[in-house]
Amino acid sequence: MLAHDVLIIGAGLAGQRAALAAAESGATVAIMSKVHPVRSHSVAAAGGINAAIAVDDDWTEHATDTVKGSDYLGDQDAIEVMCSEAPGEAMHLEHIGVTFHRNETGELDLRAFGGASKKRTAYVADITGQAILHVLYEQLMRHEVAVERFEEWFATSLILDADGHCAGAVARDIRSGAMEIFNAKSVILANGGNGQCYKPTTNALICTGDGISQAYRVGCPIMDMEMVQYHPTTLAENGFLITEGARGEGAHLLNSEGERFMEKYAPNKMELASRDVVSRAEQTEINEGRGVGAHGQGIYLDVTVVPKKRVLEALREIVNIGRDFAGTDITREPIVIRPGQHYIMGGVKTDVDGRTPITGLYAAGEVACVSVHGGNRLGANSLLDTLIFGRRSGEHAAQRGRQLTMPKAPASRLRADAEMIAAIIERPREGRRISEIKDELGTTMNEYVAVYRDEEGLTKAHEVVQRLKEQAGKAYVDDRGSVFNQDVLGALELGYMLDCAEATIVSAIDRKESRGAQFRLDHPERDDEQWLKHINVTRGADGEPELSYSEVTITKWQPEVRKY
Amino acid sequence: MAEFTLRLRRYDPESGDAPYWEEHTVDLEPHRSVLEGILQAKDRFDGSIGIRCSCRAAICGSCGVRINGQPDLACHTHLGRAEKRSKDGVIEVEPMGNMPVIKDLIVDMEAVHWKKIRRVTPWLIAKQPVPEREYIVPRESMVDVTQSMACIQCGACVSDCLSMEVDPEFIGPAALAKAYRFVGDPRDDQHFERLKDLAEDPHGIYDCTHCFQCISACPKGVAPMNQIMRLRRRAGNDFKIEDRNNGERHEHAFASLIKQYGLLAEAEILPRSYGGDTPLAKFKPSAAAELASSLPSIAKALLRRKVTPAAVLKPHRLARQDLGQIKRIYDEVEGREERAEFNIYISGKDEDR
Repeated sequence: MLAHDVLIIGAGLAGQRAALAAAESGATVAIMSKVHPVRSHSVAAAGGINAAIAVDDDWTEHATDTVKGSDYLGDQDAIEVMCSEAPGEAMHLEHIGVTFHRNETGELDLRAFGGASKKRTAYVADITGQAILHVLYEQLMRHEVAVERFEEWFATSLILDADGHCAGAVARDIRSGAMEIFNAKSVILANGGNGQCYKPTTNALICTGDGISQAYRVGCPIMDMEMVQYHPTTLAENGFLITEGARGEGAHLLNSEGERFMEKYAPNKMELASRDVVSRAEQTEINEGRGVGAHGQGIYLDVTVVPKKRVLEALREIVNIGRDFAGTDITREPIVIRPGQHYIMGGVKTDVDGRTPITGLYAAGEVACVSVHGGNRLGANSLLDTLIFGRRSGEHAAQRGRQLTMPKAPASRLRADAEMIAAIIERPREGRRISEIKDELGTTMNEYVAVYRDEEGLTKAHEVVQRLKEQAGKAYVDDRGSVFNQDVLGALELGYMLDCAEATIVSAIDRKESRGAQFRLDHPERDDEQWLKHINVTRGADGEPELSYSEVTITKWQPEVRKY
Repeated sequence: MAEFTLRLRRYDPESGDAPYWEEHTVDLEPHRSVLEGILQAKDRFDGSIGIRCSCRAAICGSCGVRINGQPDLACHTHLGRAEKRSKDGVIEVEPMGNMPVIKDLIVDMEAVHWKKIRRVTPWLIAKQPVPEREYIVPRESMVDVTQSMACIQCGACVSDCLSMEVDPEFIGPAALAKAYRFVGDPRDDQHFERLKDLAEDPHGIYDCTHCFQCISACPKGVAPMNQIMRLRRRAGNDFKIEDRNNGERHEHAFASLIKQYGLLAEAEILPRSYGGDTPLAKFKPSAAAELASSLPSIAKALLRRKVTPAAVLKPHRLARQDLGQIKRIYDEVEGREERAEFNIYISGKDEDR
C-alpha cells in the first residue's frame, strides 16, 4: 500500500502549489490527477492574477473590491488573507520563472479587470493560467524526489478511518486499470469545479465535480452551490471563453442598435463592472430583442477599438480562438458572444487553511468554498484563490502530519470500488447512453439554473435531475477493457455531476432572494435580513440533500447597496 | 449539418489483434472540429474509442493526433477542411508518430516527449540574489520568451520530427523550444552552461536538419525550429561555443560556401567544416578521418544516384550577377547592428494581412 504524509488529488494550480508547499515543509507528498498535470483546466485561465503590487495600491482596496464583488456573501476574514498575501505570492511566481509582462521600466505590468477600482492584474499575454501552470510543473519536475507524481490516475473515493478522519483515497491507474489504496495522513482535494453540469460551458470536459461529490459522499458539507458564474463573453456558438482581458484592454460591448448598453446598467465601470452585472445586462438586452447573431441570442464584443499591435501582443490567444472557432478576425470586426457558464463560487466548505469539517480532509481551488468569492467572483481572483489556499493547505497538512502516525485505511474500500466499477462494465446494454444523460443534464441546467431563475424553472430542473440520477444508475458502457477505459470513468463522472447539479438546484430554490450570480425573477431584491448567510448542503442518511446555514464572517465591510 | 466520414485507427492492446481501421459517419457543421466528430462517434456509436481530450479549444494540448497524415490537435482542425485534404473524402485519424501507441489514438507521451523535456533542465535557475520584488528585466525579453511559453506540450512537433525518426535520441523540437525559454530569459543564471550542454550533446541543437516539419505541425505558432536556430546563434555567435561534434563549424561551412559560390558544393562541405574556409583545409587530418567515416554514406548516395561523380566535380558557382545579389544579402544581414529575430508576439505575421 502506498503511504504519504499528504496526498493531493488534482494537479492544476491549487494542487501543484499545495504539493510544492507541503514538500517544502518537509512532508512526503503524492500528487495524483486524472490527466497529465499540464492538461488541468487551470491552463485555460487567460486574463491574469490580481495582486495589489502597484505603489499606489493597497491590499485593503483589493479586499474592498472583492467583498463588493461577492455581493457581501464572501467571508471577509478569508478575503483579507487572500488579498494581503497576494503580492507575496505574485512575487514568488515571478521568482520561480513566470514570464509576467513588464512595463517600459522593466517592472511587472498591470492591466485593468472587471470590478477592480485600479489596474491590479499581472498577466502573461492572455495565457496567464497556462504560463503559471507550466512553471509550477517545471518546479514539480525539479522536485521530483520530494513529490511523487501519479499522472493519469483517477480517484474513485475518499477513505475515512474508524474515527471518521480522512485516511486516503482509492484510485484507478487509467493506463492499466489497476486499483490502489493511497494511504495518507491528510488528503487535499484540488480537482476543480463542475462546469460540465452545464452545456455549453467554458469549462473543459474534465470539470465534472469529482472532488465536490466525493467529499459530499463522505458527509462533508458543500456550500454556496447556488452561486454559478456566467462569464459575460463566451463564444455564442460553442461557449469558448473570450478573456475579460479584452474588456480590460478597452473592448466594447454593443447591442443590435450599436449602442454601448452598459451605460444603462453600470454607468461608472461600464464593461468592467463585475461579471454577474455584465452578464445580466447582456441577457436583458437579448431578452428585450436587442441581441445580435443567430436568433438574436448574442451580443457584439468589439475589440477593434484596441490598437492592433496591443491585441497581437497581449490578446493573441483570443485572436486565434476567433479565427479558428468562429471564423472572425477580431482585429477587424466585432465577434458575437453571450453569457456562458464559467465558474462555480461554491464547493467543499473550508476554513482559511483549507480544512474541511472532516478531520484530515482539505480542499483548495475551485473545488473548495472558503468562501472568498461569495455570490460572484471577480475576474483574475480565481488564480489567486488556487495559489493562496493551495499553498496554505499544503503547509497546514504537512505540519499536521508531523504529530501523527499513519491512519488505518480499510482495504474493504478498494474491493468495494473495484466491484462497483466491474458492475458498471457488466451492465446490460439497455437503458440510456451516458452521453445522452449528460447532454440532457447540461441543457436543462443552462435553461433553468442560469442567469435568471425562478421557482418554477428550478423545480422543473430538480425533477429532471432526479430522473437522470435514476437513469444514470442503469446507463451502460461500451468499453469492457482495462486499458484507458474512459467510458467507465465517464459513468463515474456522470454520477459526480448529478450530485453537484442537485446541490446547486436545491440551494437555488432555497435562496429566495437575488444576490450575486443568483437572480430570482420571483424574488428580485437582495434580502440581507433573511439571506446574508451561506447555504450548506450535506448528504442525509437517505442519500437526499439536507440544507443548513452558516454565518457570513464580516470584519469591516458592512453590506451596502451595490452599484458599478 | 453535413455528413463526414471518419476513418479511425483503432488498437486494443488487450485483444492481441493488430491495429485496424474503423469508419464512422457523423453529422456536424463543416467548421466544427475533428475532435467534435470523434466525440460524436464515441457518444453515439462506440464509447470505447480512446482519445485524450479536455479543453476542446486548443489550449490543453491533450488531443494531438495525425489527421490525413499530418500532425495537429483534433480540436484545432475543421471537419470541412480535413475532408478537403483527405485522399478519398474520408478523414483519416491516427495516433501521433515517434511515440508508442497505448490504445487507439492515445500515445505514450511520457516515454518520449516528457523524457526529452526533462533532459533540458526545464526549470529556471534564478540569478542570485533573488530580489525582494520582481527582477527588473527588459519588457521585450518577456514578450520574446512568451512565444516558447505558448507551447502547450501537445507533441505534434515530436510526432513528425524527421531527425527524431532517424535518431530517436535527438532531444527534439519541443524540448529545445523549452530550453530557449530559459536561455532567452534574462533571469536565468546558466545561459552558457545550458547552451554548452545542448551544443556538446551529439543529439542536441546541431542534430536538427532544418526540415520545417515542426513549424508547420505546431498549432500554437511556437515555431520550435526557429527556437533551435536561436539557440545555435546564441551558442555560436554570442558565447563562441565550438562543440566537439563540430556542429558550429559545420554550420559556418554552409554559410561560407553559399557566400562564396551561391550554391552548396557538397564535396567541400565536410573538409571545410572540419578544416576551415580555405581549400587547403581539405588536408587537415581530422577532415580526412571524418571523410573516411562518411565513405559508406557517400557510396550509398552514389549507388542510388543521389549524386553522380560528374555533378560533384562540376564547378558549383552561380553566374557573376546572381552571386552579387547573394553577396548583397550577406552584407545586409551581417551589417545589422542587432540580429533580427522572428517572433510572432513582437512582429506578428498577421500585421501584414
